[in-house]
Amino acid sequence: MSTEVKTKESLFSKKNQQLLKDPFDDNNPITVQVLGICSALAITVKLEPAIVMSLSVMFVLAAGNVIISLIRNLIPNRIRIIVQLVVVASLVILVDQFLKAFAYDVSKQLSVFVGLIITNCIIMGRFEAFALGNGPWKAFLDGIGNSIGYGVILIAVAFVRELLGSGQLMGAQIIPLSWYINPDTGTGFYANNGFFLFPPMALIVVGMIIWAQRAKNTKLIEEN
Amino acid sequence: MNVNSNAYTYTFATVMVVLVAVLLAGTSLGLKSKQESNVKQEKMQSILASVGVEVDRSGAQATYDEVIKEVLTIRGGEVLSTDRETGFNVDMAGAVKAENMDREVPLYVAKKDGENYYIIPLRGKGLWGPVWGFVSLESDGNTVVGANFGHKSETPGLGAEITTPMFTDQFPGKKISEAGIFQSISVVKQGTSAGDYMVDGISGGTITSNGVHDMLADCLAPYAEYFKNI
Repeated sequence: MSTEVKTKESLFSKKNQQLLKDPFDDNNPITVQVLGICSALAITVKLEPAIVMSLSVMFVLAAGNVIISLIRNLIPNRIRIIVQLVVVASLVILVDQFLKAFAYDVSKQLSVFVGLIITNCIIMGRFEAFALGNGPWKAFLDGIGNSIGYGVILIAVAFVRELLGSGQLMGAQIIPLSWYINPDTGTGFYANNGFFLFPPMALIVVGMIIWAQRAKNTKLIEEN
Repeated sequence: MNVNSNAYTYTFATVMVVLVAVLLAGTSLGLKSKQESNVKQEKMQSILASVGVEVDRSGAQATYDEVIKEVLTIRGGEVLSTDRETGFNVDMAGAVKAENMDREVPLYVAKKDGENYYIIPLRGKGLWGPVWGFVSLESDGNTVVGANFGHKSETPGLGAEITTPMFTDQFPGKKISEAGIFQSISVVKQGTSAGDYMVDGISGGTITSNGVHDMLADCLAPYAEYFKNI
């Protein structure tokens, strides 16, 4: 009895909590590992698709991690990458089909990027590095943790870009319309920064987040 | 059990593929009707938007039934059918493969505020994939009331700008025929349009603009033939 208690870890033991928390800061998939950058650049023009993308990635990564972890002892080593791809691809197609049926407008905005979740390096990376060697519950936590780490950055970038680029958040006008320069009446002092609508600005925003994060978290600064 | 033997690997792969195929096919079948109705409602929204009727997707069907009085199917200026469903369900992607006078294409007749309008569907090629749209004409079958465009995968910020008001707002008031001779509407280099038969293209989106230009010339022609006789 006592030995069983010792070997059985509680669901939210310190180690398991670490799995959730680590990707949030110390091991963030975007700002530290610099994975999944392509989607971070592509779909952060507006907040809504960024949120949907984060949720889709969360579903795919958590479910995929659990599936891979459950069958990890059955997967023939030689075709394990193919098996991982099949799992991601099927989950992504499921997400895509459901979005098309129940969130049609969002699915149109995300368009090709839902399909590109398949190539999101974070997902294959977590399957290969974590789910193949750990149990389903840990894999699930790892999936949730990493997708939150991904989603937080995505949403932060989208927030900045939509606010400064379009003057809106979630499609609602935030900057008062009376602030805008009106050539007819000569009033107003504000204009949206069109730069923020282009992908390079996302890279710069991500860069600034990395800068701020490293300034705060000195562990991340490499020697020399 | 040796999970690395050839026999096991083949069996694993086969079983996996079959399971996944069943799962995906099942989902696709189960969600198909919902997805198709979304696409249909969106098409109705676009048709209505071209005559300035904005509705959200849930109200599209009711408003469509109310505003669209007739759906004709036309070939080379002749009316083939007046069945609403036949016209609405014409697959434009397939229809435009034929020579433009041999095509069977729909013409929507709308009635708004007591005025009749004609709505013409368009389909053509952009830079990366198909572009499409609707142009609405006044009851004279010549003056443009409105136009809207859609695209599959044009470049955001460049070619994709054809869907924005900056581009589409140029169309109202343009004409497609001069004294009964079909002219189409040319999409020309930005800043050089003049007169009733030209609009400005998108700078940086030249190939998409040319695609829209060709699409207008190609798809409007069979209707101009029909409008001669009204």
